[in-house]
Amino acid sequence: MIEAAQLSRHFGAITAVDSVTFRVESGECLVLLGGSGSGKTTTLKMLNRLVEPTSGSVRLGDVDTRELEAHVLRRRVGYAFQQIGLFPHLSVAENIGITPALLGWAPERIEARVESLLAMVELEPELFRERAPNELSGGQQQRVGLARALAAEPEVLLLDEPFGALDPITRDRLQQSFQRIRADLGVTVVFVTHDMTEALLLGDRIGVMNEGKLVQIGSPRELLRAPADAYVAELMATPRRQAEVVERLLRRDELSR
Amino acid sequence: MSEQLALLPGFLTAHLQLSLVALALGTLISVPLGILVTRRREFEPGVLGVASVIQTIPSLALLAIMVPTLAAIGAVSSRVFGIEIRSIGYLPAIAALTLYSVLPILRNTVAGIEGVDPALVEAARGVGMTPSQRLRRVELPLALPVIVAGLRTATVWVVGTATLSTPVGATSLGNFIFSGLQTRNFSAVLVGCIASAALAIVLDQTIRLLEVGLRERRRGRILAAATVLLLLATWTAGSFARTWLSSGRAPLAIGAKTFTEQYVLSEILGQWIEARTGRDSETLSSLGSTVAFDALRTDEIDLYVDYSGTIWATIMKRTELPKRRHEVLDAVRSYLADEHGIALVAALGFENTYALGMDAGRARKFELTRISDLRRVASNLSIGGDFEFFARAEWKALERVYGLVFREQRMMDASLMYAAVEAGDVDVISAYSTDGRIASLGLVLLEDDRGVIPPYDAIVLASPRLAREEPDVIAALRELSGAIDAPRMQQLNHAVDGGGRSPREAAAGFLADRAAVSGP
Repeated sequence: MIEAAQLSRHFGAITAVDSVTFRVESGECLVLLGGSGSGKTTTLKMLNRLVEPTSGSVRLGDVDTRELEAHVLRRRVGYAFQQIGLFPHLSVAENIGITPALLGWAPERIEARVESLLAMVELEPELFRERAPNELSGGQQQRVGLARALAAEPEVLLLDEPFGALDPITRDRLQQSFQRIRADLGVTVVFVTHDMTEALLLGDRIGVMNEGKLVQIGSPRELLRAPADAYVAELMATPRRQAEVVERLLRRDELSR
Repeated sequence: MSEQLALLPGFLTAHLQLSLVALALGTLISVPLGILVTRRREFEPGVLGVASVIQTIPSLALLAIMVPTLAAIGAVSSRVFGIEIRSIGYLPAIAALTLYSVLPILRNTVAGIEGVDPALVEAARGVGMTPSQRLRRVELPLALPVIVAGLRTATVWVVGTATLSTPVGATSLGNFIFSGLQTRNFSAVLVGCIASAALAIVLDQTIRLLEVGLRERRRGRILAAATVLLLLATWTAGSFARTWLSSGRAPLAIGAKTFTEQYVLSEILGQWIEARTGRDSETLSSLGSTVAFDALRTDEIDLYVDYSGTIWATIMKRTELPKRRHEVLDAVRSYLADEHGIALVAALGFENTYALGMDAGRARKFELTRISDLRRVASNLSIGGDFEFFARAEWKALERVYGLVFREQRMMDASLMYAAVEAGDVDVISAYSTDGRIASLGLVLLEDDRGVIPPYDAIVLASPRLAREEPDVIAALRELSGAIDAPRMQQLNHAVDGGGRSPREAAAGFLADRAAVSGP
């Protein structure tokens, strides 16, 4: 469980995040959805204190995150982001095992964990363990990034547009893998994206952000049925509009046949 | 040539030692400083600014400035902590070379750390590293190739600059170059230049191998480069340990300034002492004039030959017209004993004064025999002097008393001065009266008819320690009183400058002749 209360962040005169409150239950996936500059990434980064909140608080389980040292907090919270950031001087296995190593796990335990994570993200351990990150494709790199975020059995997983830079087919595959992993592990997730389809596909609930505010939060069905304002309504309409375009194209094909 | 090559291992080892120690110290200073600057950005302009300013100081000046700086620090430290610091020799060279190596390593450390991809910094924070873990596990490993590239730049600079540490009393490949230039032994100069260039290339390529190995993460290359560096370090450490362990009584340190006569005389003193007392000695050659005096005063060297007029004018700062030879000698003797505890052990019997020299034919043409004659024509003539001459009291006195105003004054290296007057580039030079080239180039010396230039008796000076503690050496040196007259000194100088003999050979020849004359 992770909970944000009245979370705000100012950068000088700019209010990036304005009094955001939400609660993510254990095993739930909350998608924060919004355009660029909506404050979704800043909100996410305040959850593991990559960005310190100007005001407000975050509770992880039953502790206030301000009571923990930042690096202790981050070892309990998995984090993966669009640029992936695999350490180029370390092997795939060393990258995945980094947080367990920082936590002082025994080498055999780290090795076993890396083994099972590689299998989980569908990379053959024998083939990939000793590779350097620059020998992997983009999709493979983000699989490793996901495994790294999951390595220390985190209570919560924070994902910042992890599939945003991948081609559509690779993205689709990774989304499938991610769904399966989530089902297997029952991990709590906060997932940031600007992609409506991705939000509908992955989110148990969706929080729509606009201009630093959390405009509406609810299940995809609730948002579709009762959008809180015109912005949400327009946003929720986009997948349907896109589907209609595809539908029309297909129908024209059938007519001309 | 073979004599030069015999000296090569010793000079090369000393040079390598200077360079490696300075680079190691430079790295130990620069890398932490660079890290500090990336953590505390407010220090960056200050730290990099100071390092850049140090870099703009000409390297020879930086080395020279270390001598008085260390002497001042040494004065404080000996008073406060009772620790003596040697202000000439190894220490000033190491200090200057270390400072010289700081900038490239520092700059590259900062650039290397700041150049780490921000995504990796975010990933490092995201996986739960503390700032120091981030530095050790991510930023430093990724910055390492860049830091090593800085070390490589520093290496080439330091190996080159180390040749200039000879005048502050540290042995290096510069010994070949400095003494070779002074004694017109160009094969020595060549050996020094080639050896230091070769050393720079070897180190440069080794570190390049290390750099590429680190960048491309190739274990083999890193290992090969590290092995070479380790071998070199072991070699220099070994020679360091050998000199350390072969203790017993330290050899006498005999100083020599930067001209041929000084090299010959230091050899004569060393060989003479060895023959009479069995005491061995080493020569610290190519010292600057005041460096030599300061070193003697503070017991850092034991012995050297100076000239009464130099002490009179530059050390005692006397500006009145000088007295006769023996009066100046007496004044200098009692001044040195009273003020500094230095013993004037012997006057060797000749004077090496500054004298205005000209091409004989040219002097005849202008009908010049005395300095007073110069007044008529000086405004059409140019004069060349060594680095000290125009700053000395006797030049000021010459200008004042004879009313000399030359068309042009040019400062040049003493060894080039003679070639310049021979070629007609300058008309008059500040010659040394015992220089062997006066005769060989057909120069004449103009008579100091108004007695402006003080007498320059060659005098053997002993440090306070030597005067106090080694009476047998002092007694042996006293026997050299009056042993060398001016023609003899000219001859010895000419044997080296023109005859291609080494100072050591010339000195040995002199002592053999002397033994033959006085009998066993």
